[in-house]
Amino acid sequence: MKVPVSITINGRVCEHEVEPRTLLVHFIRDLAGLTGTKVGCDTSQCGSCTVLIDGVSAKSCTTLAAQADGAGITTIEGLGDGEQLHPLQESFWNKHGLQCGFCTPGMILASHELLRTNASPSEAEIRHGLEGNLCRCTGYENIVRAVRDAAGAMAQE
Amino acid sequence: MSSRIFGSGIRRREDPRLITGSATYTHDIVLPGMVHAVMLRSSHAHARITRIDTEQAKAAPGVLAVYTGADIEGALQPMPCAWLLPDSDLKIAAYPCIASDVVRYTGDIVAVVVAEQPSQGYDALDLIEVDYEPLPSVTDPEAAAADGAPQLHADIEGNQAFHWTVAGGDADAAFAEAEASGVVIKERILQQRLIPNAMEPRGAVAQYSRATGELTLWNTTQNPHILRFLCSVVTGIPEDKLRVIAPEVGGGFGSKIAAYPADFVTVFCSKQLGRPVKWIETRSENYQATTHGRDHVQDVELAATKDGKITGLRCTVHAGMGAYLSTAAPGIPTILHGLMLSGCYTIPALKEDVYGVYTNGVPVEAYRGAGRPEATFMLERLIDMLAGELGMDPADVRRRNFIPKFDDGHKVITTLNYDSGDYPGALDKLLEHTGYAGLRAQQAAGPVNGKYLGLGLSSYVEICGLGPSQVAGAIGFQGGLWESAIVRFHPTGKVHVFIGASPHGQGEETTFAQIVASEIGVSSDDVKIFHGDTDATPMGWGTYGSRTTAVGGAALAVAVRKIRDKAKVLAAHLLEASVDDMEYEDGKFFVKGSPDKAKTIQDIALMANVAWDLPEGMEAGLEASTFYDPPNFVFPYGAHLAVVEVDTATGDVELKGYTALDDCGPQINPTIVEGQVHGGVVQGIGQALWEGAAYDDSGQLVTGSMLDYALPRADRLPPIDVISTVTRSPHHPLGVKGIGEAGTIASTAAVYNAVMDALKPLGVKRVDMPFTPERVWRAIQDAKGA
Ligand code: FES
Ligand code: FES
Repeated sequence: MKVPVSITINGRVCEHEVEPRTLLVHFIRDLAGLTGTKVGCDTSQCGSCTVLIDGVSAKSCTTLAAQADGAGITTIEGLGDGEQLHPLQESFWNKHGLQCGFCTPGMILASHELLRTNASPSEAEIRHGLEGNLCRCTGYENIVRAVRDAAGAMAQE
Repeated sequence: MSSRIFGSGIRRREDPRLITGSATYTHDIVLPGMVHAVMLRSSHAHARITRIDTEQAKAAPGVLAVYTGADIEGALQPMPCAWLLPDSDLKIAAYPCIASDVVRYTGDIVAVVVAEQPSQGYDALDLIEVDYEPLPSVTDPEAAAADGAPQLHADIEGNQAFHWTVAGGDADAAFAEAEASGVVIKERILQQRLIPNAMEPRGAVAQYSRATGELTLWNTTQNPHILRFLCSVVTGIPEDKLRVIAPEVGGGFGSKIAAYPADFVTVFCSKQLGRPVKWIETRSENYQATTHGRDHVQDVELAATKDGKITGLRCTVHAGMGAYLSTAAPGIPTILHGLMLSGCYTIPALKEDVYGVYTNGVPVEAYRGAGRPEATFMLERLIDMLAGELGMDPADVRRRNFIPKFDDGHKVITTLNYDSGDYPGALDKLLEHTGYAGLRAQQAAGPVNGKYLGLGLSSYVEICGLGPSQVAGAIGFQGGLWESAIVRFHPTGKVHVFIGASPHGQGEETTFAQIVASEIGVSSDDVKIFHGDTDATPMGWGTYGSRTTAVGGAALAVAVRKIRDKAKVLAAHLLEASVDDMEYEDGKFFVKGSPDKAKTIQDIALMANVAWDLPEGMEAGLEASTFYDPPNFVFPYGAHLAVVEVDTATGDVELKGYTALDDCGPQINPTIVEGQVHGGVVQGIGQALWEGAAYDDSGQLVTGSMLDYALPRADRLPPIDVISTVTRSPHHPLGVKGIGEAGTIASTAAVYNAVMDALKPLGVKRVDMPFTPERVWRAIQDAKGA
């Protein structure tokens, strides 16, 4: 049995018939062909698969595609406007907030959520806000700096 | 600009593709007609397979094939071990790609399913019937070496993979003397098993063409050229028909060095079916089957005089190797460990016995630091214990024993010749920077609200930049350890660089462009670095052992200097001057005294490529290649300080501060260096405070997912303060050393020492890592009782 699902990803409507068990992350990666969203675990621990569903962050490995039917999703590919990077992307680049880059899409979208709910977080609030996203390369230090930097840049906008 | 680019923390050129989600990792590769392999892995730690029935699985929806050990017979050779440790009675157990009679750990592959969709493959796994006859198992290395332990391999007595020794001076005499008139410190250290946890799981995509007999293998590897070689050995596909591509690779930390059975099984499937096959491990599978690190049981003792001068070191190590010997495994607890035993200190006598032991666990390989953290830890721990015994400050005991500053070679007792170092200088700078004396005073004021302050030092020196190939041969490494670079100038002065090394997060696309820019005066933006494709790059031995910048960077610098030499000759010709009268500065070649009439490197690139007017005998083009085989290893070093607070009521350890002083020589890009230190330090902190792989009595991995294995998270860490000193390597063309592993090598010992320092007033003598609140709390209670 398959169910029809229609999801708007980065402004483009994607319609597919999927098995009910299909995860959102597979819909995004395999059916919509957007591979910027990563799969780092199978227990909903790493946050590599973080996307925005109607502007709010969610782990796309723990969401069924069918649950997101009708929703609007932003992935890392849709965060900038094509020409220009989002301030978070700029800050991760400027502050060396990434090394291998595998956690980065999820980390940037989790940071987006953090700044959406708290525009000028303290160091401790940033660390707490990113506690659901794992990075094995950076030791988090420069990620924290990047988020602080982005908060400053976004406040000025 | 060009002369200042070396040493500038410019942004990484890798990042635009990574922050926009447009990079291509192995998992992202999609090929026409591609199908998916999933592995059935053993559910037993040790068992005989009595029956496998794959009929139902074969008939399941979407399934194209199911293969077992019987099917690969003759088609896939056993997995090779590539570090044949000499003089160690090395016994290499047969390591089949798919187990057909006995499984020896819970990740052993028993069958593979190929299906149109991964989900169909996973569904079909449940339909394979395997009957096992369980056998007794053992996962602790010391228990596995004991009499009467379950035997893993029929032909390998006592599960002993090897017995390796290192000795220098008369250690027994030193101990006899210390027993009589000095002090002897003994400790038992468990270097627990760790799971590397590169955030990108491993995977492979194999595309075999029946028409041409050619194979392209995309793989999450740290060393594509080694993988090509091993793939040819195992699959029989000749090297010239084999192309290995390491696309974007999401971290490795040692776990992507080895060649793995699953990679070659994926190749086999593609060959059988004539279709591209993708295999991507799940995280649980990564825990179950991708190599682990450490797993030492160390019994160590230190002899010293009563005034704190070390006179001898003796140790026995049981190193768990897992069920089979992984690609480089035998060299890790021996060469990379035992030869570094004397660390930054003058130790006149030492002796170590290392027993490599087969256990029913995941094969153990290099994990960030690979052998060196285990060496640093034992020494740094013993020194702190010695300080405690003698009532000295740990810093003073270190000072008393440091090798004095040297800048061109210092031979240590294990025969290594360290290149340069100033260990006392590093420690002094660290202590001053952190206000160590003040922290000690604060500690002396006593606990606040039941919270005890602890300070932990760790001084380290590491061996990296592996290494002279002649030495590689002598120590049994079945390969060379040089690196290569090809530098090609195009007519417009833009540069392509092809390197054999394979960075996967370390940022060498940026630092290597900086090397080219600083050596020949082009903009670093005009340099593109190619790596990770065996068809497009010259041979290289891979990225591990903090060697890519140290060895590959040297190859690159030498190649660019060759270009500079040729450019100078051409410039002299064009300016009608003698070569001896030419000068070079910042990308310009001119006759001494006439810098205004210079030829730029771009002018030269054009003239060399059009070749209208070359000096007699000069070839067209502006290109150079180098194979750089280092004359010696490089030896970065440093000193770290961890500050912790232990809550006696809960056993909770809070890391209050961490300062790393590292000396990796001149820094090409200090921002990248700092990032490497951050990441390395946190991995080492992870070992001390949270991480540890555990097997239960039946050999099941109980830390089988990220739910059960505690990784460092942002909210548990303080800011990491990174400082440095700069000591050139005397033998390196750029003077640089290496920085990838330094943080991990130092930090576990620093944090451990800090926690034990905090617990000292409570009488706690020993706690096994990781310092979970429960363990710490129990240790405090036990000490109270005692
Ligand atoms: S993939 Fe790890 S949390 Fe979603
Ligand atoms: S940058 Fe590699 S995991 Fe975060």
